[in-house]
Amino acid sequence: MSTAERTIEELATQDYKYGFVTDVDADTVPRGLNEDTIREISRRKGEPGWLLDWRLKAYRAWLTMEEPTWANVKHDPIDYQDIIYYSAPKPKTALGSLDEVDPEIRRTFEKLGIPIEEQKALAGVAVDAVFDSVSVATTFRTKLAELGIIFCSFSEAVREHPDLVREYLGSVVPHTDNFYAALNSAVFSDGSFAYIPKGVRCPMELSTYFRINAQNTGQFERTLIVADEGAYVSYLEGCTAPMRDENQLHAAVVELVALDRATIKYSTVQNWYPGDKEGRGGIYNFVTKRGHCRGRDSKITWTQVETGSAITWKYPGCILQGDNSVGEFYSVAVTNNLQQADTGTKMIHLGKNTRSTIVSKGISAGRGQNTYRGMVKIGRNAENARNYSQCDSLLIGDKCGAHTFPYIEIKNTSSQMEHEASTSKIGEDQIFYCRQRGLSTEDAVNMIVSGFCKEVFRELPMEFAVEAQKLLGVSLEGSVG
Amino acid sequence: MLDIKNLHARVGGNEILKGIDLTVGAGEVHAIMGPNGSGKSTLAAVLAGRAEYEVTEGSVTYEGRDLLDLDPEERAREGLFLAFQYPVEIPGVNNAYFLKAALNAIRKHRGEPELDAMDFMSLVRERMKILDIDSSLMSRPVNEGFSGGEKKRNEIFQMAVLEPRLAILDETDSGLDIDALKTVAQGVNALRRPDRSTIVVTHYQRLLDYIVPDFVHVLSEGRIVRSGGKELAIELEEKGYGWLEAGEPVGGRA
Repeated sequence: MSTAERTIEELATQDYKYGFVTDVDADTVPRGLNEDTIREISRRKGEPGWLLDWRLKAYRAWLTMEEPTWANVKHDPIDYQDIIYYSAPKPKTALGSLDEVDPEIRRTFEKLGIPIEEQKALAGVAVDAVFDSVSVATTFRTKLAELGIIFCSFSEAVREHPDLVREYLGSVVPHTDNFYAALNSAVFSDGSFAYIPKGVRCPMELSTYFRINAQNTGQFERTLIVADEGAYVSYLEGCTAPMRDENQLHAAVVELVALDRATIKYSTVQNWYPGDKEGRGGIYNFVTKRGHCRGRDSKITWTQVETGSAITWKYPGCILQGDNSVGEFYSVAVTNNLQQADTGTKMIHLGKNTRSTIVSKGISAGRGQNTYRGMVKIGRNAENARNYSQCDSLLIGDKCGAHTFPYIEIKNTSSQMEHEASTSKIGEDQIFYCRQRGLSTEDAVNMIVSGFCKEVFRELPMEFAVEAQKLLGVSLEGSVG
Repeated sequence: MLDIKNLHARVGGNEILKGIDLTVGAGEVHAIMGPNGSGKSTLAAVLAGRAEYEVTEGSVTYEGRDLLDLDPEERAREGLFLAFQYPVEIPGVNNAYFLKAALNAIRKHRGEPELDAMDFMSLVRERMKILDIDSSLMSRPVNEGFSGGEKKRNEIFQMAVLEPRLAILDETDSGLDIDALKTVAQGVNALRRPDRSTIVVTHYQRLLDYIVPDFVHVLSEGRIVRSGGKELAIELEEKGYGWLEAGEPVGGRA
């Protein structure tokens, strides 16, 4: 057995660091899905009639849709009737301040290292912590409110800012968009909402940590971020989930709207339970994320580091409608053991002089399968549109796979599109070189992988970049090519 | 310092080293010469611990320890340095970052405190003076986009920072023009110390004009066929390797 194989074995036997369960009473609705389930979710959340109608429309659309099968992933059929669609921790008291948060839940977040404490958040992170389906605590609200920034749970936004929610909900990802988006629209339980008013630059990174805790609970989050004219916001999303034997479905929807001259940076570090080394358990992460550069000179940047989940199916995209608008996608996706990822982006150029950049870094180790799937569409009126795509794959070991499916559709003659792709293997040469300088094999692999991901990491906010690098180290610990 | 006895090694089923005996004392500079395919680079690789090379017989003692029992990184931390014939590129990894990690791994092993960025950079600046190294090289990715000469100079520069006790230069002169050769040799000479030994593996006598060896060994078909002082190198230069062997002359001055 070569060092490479040995270390991949070691890596496979690593325990999932975040595999613990928090013991809190949960308020759940019965297993299964029908119109009554949806009515019950809506009733418990005290939603207005228009939202219930929207959910029901989505549900009826979903019934007519088929689960997509085009992705380069394999899994057993999902029994949608065997999922609990709503689970909320029972609050012991009304949650007026952080001190009132259930200590069990707070301990969970502490184990995850989430800076929910105000003093930790002084570092500049406002956290809206989503625990299963209900937002538990939101920090820095007051400070943000002074600037007119709204940052709260989705449910609260529905109550407090119904006009904004009604105007933008489903305006980027319609309830009929795709199978999982329709399902989410029907049953979504909570999520985050942010609105940055005209000309306001959000002074801190907004952050949400999602965590799946209760057993057999599908998590259907919905995030909506609106940056009004000239506004700027950077939003961080981090995810971890405890170890479970059964697969759990996570079908989230994220909608971003950027009006004239607005900028939204959306960064994700996803570290959900990937399943064990035999591929048992793990999260199915089937997510629809889309940004709409609705106004002139607007800009949306997606940065993602995907190290977890048994299956990742997500294509954060940008609709570049406003003239001169810019869409960017920077991605690192890691698959190890039997993890599968089919991820990429869609850049839809509609406006003149629109520009998009795609940098995708896929890392496959163990028996992991990593697919980049991207679409660049340049419409008839998108004169002088430009796209640059770069897809690099790194293989560690010889049992994994990397695949690239770029789709390109250009309908005018003034546009330019560039595509570069590479596949490389971490070479014994590189590792030996590092070891000859005194570095351990593990440090060598981490260093080589970090170097490979550099272009993406530098797009992440500083604090997140450090975390991402650590996560990558944990995910690939010991693996060599 | 280093004691090699009856060393046999093979790669991919082919026996390359067929019984090497060599003793290197502290502070000595030994040149290993020989035609292509004689086993020079294999010897360097075996000493550094490359996994593809299998030692089938013999022993190597380094500072009283069984060298062959150590992992490559342990050998490095114990002060064995190999200047690669073909330095490897590591895209995206900053040269300074790489070298700092290496230095601190070695310092940690020696029980010395790790250097912080400030101390490291002042050490780097000091060592840069020895070699003609452009400071921009430090912020570039390891060996990526380096010219052949830059790569070789970078190897010697790393050596200057890591301060090994036994340095093995594997054909460091290949692909260098005369100016680069002089700079590299100057760097190596500046690092000569009574407690630091050097093995210079080279095909040509040229490098030995600038790095004057205490001993010269000629390798042929996996064995040392002749050992002598620096004059042996000059003799070789005049007569070619064929002089030492029966049959067809191999190599010599290209």
